[in-house]
Amino acid sequence: MKPTRRQNSAKVLIMEQKDKGWKEIPIGGVIEKAGNALDYKTGGWRTFRPVINEDKCIGCMLCYLYCPDSSILLKKDDKFTFKAYGVDLDHCKGCGICASVCPVKAIEMKRETEFKDDKSPGHN
Amino acid sequence: MTSMLKNRKVLSGAHAAAEAMRQIDPDVVAVYPITPQTPIAMKFADYVNEGKVHTEMIRVESEHSAMSACVGSSAAGARTMTATSSNGLALMTEIVYIASSTRLPIVMNLADRALSGPINIHGDHSDAMLVRDSGWIILASENAQDVYENTIMAVKIAEDKRVLLPVMILQDGFITSHSAETMYTFDDETVKKFVGEYNPKYSLLRTDNPITMGPLDLFDYYFEHKRQQVEAMDNAKKVIKEVFSNFSKLTGKTYNYFEGYKTEDADFIIVAMNSSVGTAKFVADKFREKGVKAGVLKIRVFRPFMDEEVVEKLKNAKAVAVLDRAASFGSHGGPIFHDVRSAFYESDKKPKMLNYIYGLGGRELSVELLNKVFNDLIEFDGGKSMNQVQYLGVRD
Repeated sequence: MKPTRRQNSAKVLIMEQKDKGWKEIPIGGVIEKAGNALDYKTGGWRTFRPVINEDKCIGCMLCYLYCPDSSILLKKDDKFTFKAYGVDLDHCKGCGICASVCPVKAIEMKRETEFKDDKSPGHN
Repeated sequence: MTSMLKNRKVLSGAHAAAEAMRQIDPDVVAVYPITPQTPIAMKFADYVNEGKVHTEMIRVESEHSAMSACVGSSAAGARTMTATSSNGLALMTEIVYIASSTRLPIVMNLADRALSGPINIHGDHSDAMLVRDSGWIILASENAQDVYENTIMAVKIAEDKRVLLPVMILQDGFITSHSAETMYTFDDETVKKFVGEYNPKYSLLRTDNPITMGPLDLFDYYFEHKRQQVEAMDNAKKVIKEVFSNFSKLTGKTYNYFEGYKTEDADFIIVAMNSSVGTAKFVADKFREKGVKAGVLKIRVFRPFMDEEVVEKLKNAKAVAVLDRAASFGSHGGPIFHDVRSAFYESDKKPKMLNYIYGLGGRELSVELLNKVFNDLIEFDGGKSMNQVQYLGVRD
């Protein structure tokens, strides 16, 4: 069942309590551990989700190169060097650049509401 | 006590700042010229050109870029200094806040000048008051000697691990910055030893331990970082005292947040900041000759503002005049008056208090005007009713 607005705000309150106090964190907003962008999940910002049609993909990798969030997942392929097969939904913000640059229209942007029963990561 | 201030020189306030900077020999100076700060940058550029310092001097295209370059170099772990005035400070204000919130111990000399408009190049404190709440430590200078000494002490205050905040040193534009006066400097070695080597807490250039500085900080942690800044400012109160004490050993002088001149037994006290302190001392002496117990309280540290200290120094007076060289439009009196008056709220013993807005746009503060202030205080104490906030030297 979908959580109510009240349940959602209760969740936010609990998160705040788990966050560290001012005496426990480095000064000046310094992040002492590098490579932490991976921990910052931005998938929840998405309104449109890219859906890749693997059969149409010609392995040009334009979507991979243009994606501002490095969220296009590639796999090795018999015919091409690499082929797009999916999207990192934890970090994809749904900007649609991949669909726009795809020369064979193998990526379609679909409203998130179409996936409301989807329990995959990044979908909240 | 013997003083290490051995070298007698005739320097302007601007030159005194540049001389202190030469002896400190910072790693990076990024600066953009603006009157009346320009002679600081010009003199320091000479030192760079003559090879007297090892400093990398970055010539930028604006003050916004000057402070941005300072933030970058300080984040890299370099000892960094700059200087500005008035509208230059206004232009860099965005980055002034970023410097303090990123906890970068940058040291900046500010030759105070009125903010536009109407456009004016002369000295008042409206520029300093613009960044009063930016989280910088603010030291004030009565004369070139103070500029020199404050600049050297600022490095030690800023870089202390308990503080790590930028420090601004005020001097009145033209009045101090361009007037040559007799003063005393240390030998280079003395300054070098006092400031020591800078060991930054964080450095972006340490590739073996990469860090991120200046990240996005939303409702989940921004407040905590601001709370840390408040704590650093509180820590500064203690650290400044320590630095004063260590510096005293070199100069044989005593330093304090508020330095009283004949205030111990004074009935009437003028509170002032920067060059006006000197004039006020002269006038207080004249009143002493007439048998009036007059005194002057000089503000050396404006931020952090030590409430307890100001109360301690003023509580036994009959009447006090707070001088503000800046207006705070729409509020009761000027910014320094707000602080001093508020400090007395919890105090059982409090003097009568008047506020004088004076010297805006470099308008001269004459001896006659300060005579009027002491006379006002005497009459005010005698029961005469007066406007609490007055405008000194404006034409009606």
